[in-house]
Parts: sequence; C-alpha cells; structure tokens
Amino acid sequence: MQPVTTVHYLALSLALLLIGTVGVLTRRNIVIILMSIELILNAVNINLIAFSNQLQNVNGQIFAIFVITDAVAEAAVGLGILIALFRNKETVLADEVNLLKW
Amino acid sequence: METFSFYAFAVLVLGGAILTVTRRSAVHSAISLIVSLLGVAGLYLLQKAEFLFAVQIVLYIGGIMVLFLFVIMLVNLDEAAKERQFNGQWAIALVCSAIVGLQAAWFMTKGTGALKLAQAPVAAQSGGSVSPGNVEAIADVLFSEYLLPFEVASILLLVAVVGSVIMAKKRI
Repeated sequence: MQPVTTVHYLALSLALLLIGTVGVLTRRNIVIILMSIELILNAVNINLIAFSNQLQNVNGQIFAIFVITDAVAEAAVGLGILIALFRNKETVLADEVNLLKW
Repeated sequence: METFSFYAFAVLVLGGAILTVTRRSAVHSAISLIVSLLGVAGLYLLQKAEFLFAVQIVLYIGGIMVLFLFVIMLVNLDEAAKERQFNGQWAIALVCSAIVGLQAAWFMTKGTGALKLAQAPVAAQSGGSVSPGNVEAIADVLFSEYLLPFEVASILLLVAVVGSVIMAKKRI
C-alpha cells in the first residue's frame, strides 16, 4: 500500500462534497438538506486540515474552527426557521413551500 | 498503520454520508451523519489536529447532532416519511456534481507537482509551527493574529442565538 498523501485527503473531501451536493439538490426533507450542508462544511474542513498538516502551518486549523462556528450558527438558525415553517405550513418538504411562487 | 486507519476512517465518512442522503427516516439519517462525523474526527487525529478532534466530537456530535435530534422530535416527520423522498432533479444534480468533480479531479491530477513543491516547509513560518503542542499553537495564533475574527465570531453566535429564539417563538 502506498503511503497516504495530501492528495488522498483531497480526493476524500471531494467525494464528501459531491455526496453533500447531491443530497442538497435532490432531497425533499428540509432536515436532511440541512444535514447535507453539514457534510459539505465537513468536506471543507478536511481540506483545510490536510493542507495545515502538509504545510506545518496552524492557520488552516484556525480557519477550520471558524468554519465550525459558522456551521453551528447555520444549524441553529436553520432549525429555528424550520420550526417556524412547520408551525405555519405544517410541512417539512422543500417543494411544498411555495409562498413566494408567482 | 496510518494507511490502514486512513482507509478505515474514509469508509466511515463516505458510508455514513451516503446513508445520510439516502435514508428515508430522518432519525436514521442523523445517526448515519454521526458516524460520518466521527470518521472526520478520526481524520483530524490522523492529521495531528488534536484540538479540532475534540471540538468535532464535543461540538458537532454533542451539540449540533443533539440539536438536530431535538428538532426531529419537535417536528412531526411521520407524514413526510411516507411521501416520496427525492424531488425529480437527479439529472441536474448529477450534471452539477459531475462538472465539479471533473474540475477538481483534473486539478488534483495535474496539480500534484504544485502540491509536492510545497511539501518542504520552513519550520518557523508566520503561522507558527504545529509541533510544540497543537492546542498551544492554536491558542497562540487565535488570540494574537486572529483576535478580531474571534470576537466577530462571538457576535455572530450571539446573533444566531437571538435569531433562532425569535424564529422558534410562538408569536413574533
């Protein structure tokens, strides 16, 4: 087996990003769309950590911390919006929310 | 050993991710996502980012996923689980991800020379070395060079807390 390089981590993160993108684009349940966004953010973090280790520079880990902060804020607000939406429309399916449709 | 752990964690990450986007029940998706996030935490450990390993487990798995499970309990998902789970946009989704994947894969194969060029680091860079203890190194940089972004992040979290409370209130 060849040793694991940064490119391996990049390939893994690319695969995770694509899975998350497909999840966001195809699922109807808003909860699972939010979970797919978490997958995408984790893919970014894997990239940052891989380069941080390769360049022996801790800045990448700082950026990963900020990405995690954003993920927390996004999850809190997104789930709050979801609860408000469920109270008003009684649905969690993204394509049944058509309040702004022409 | 490192190679073996990498592939084990990669299987955890990708398997959990695929299960997350394909399961019908939202609770099953959340549990698969926890598996995936644990795999990502293991990758952090392999890359000598011990602090982020702890943050990933405490914050993501202990915080965000519990939040998700709470919302799944609050919101009645039984009706949604009976309906079809995918909107009919497979073609668009596959085209989009194929474009992105091809671009990134092309850069990864063509750009390996550039990656190897950067492989010999100077020990004392501006960002500081990772070696003298990961948490210490992160704290050094976070509280000196990145102090302003750190404080702005605290404002962001405050805004998010207030926003989610207002969103979840019965009457605005």
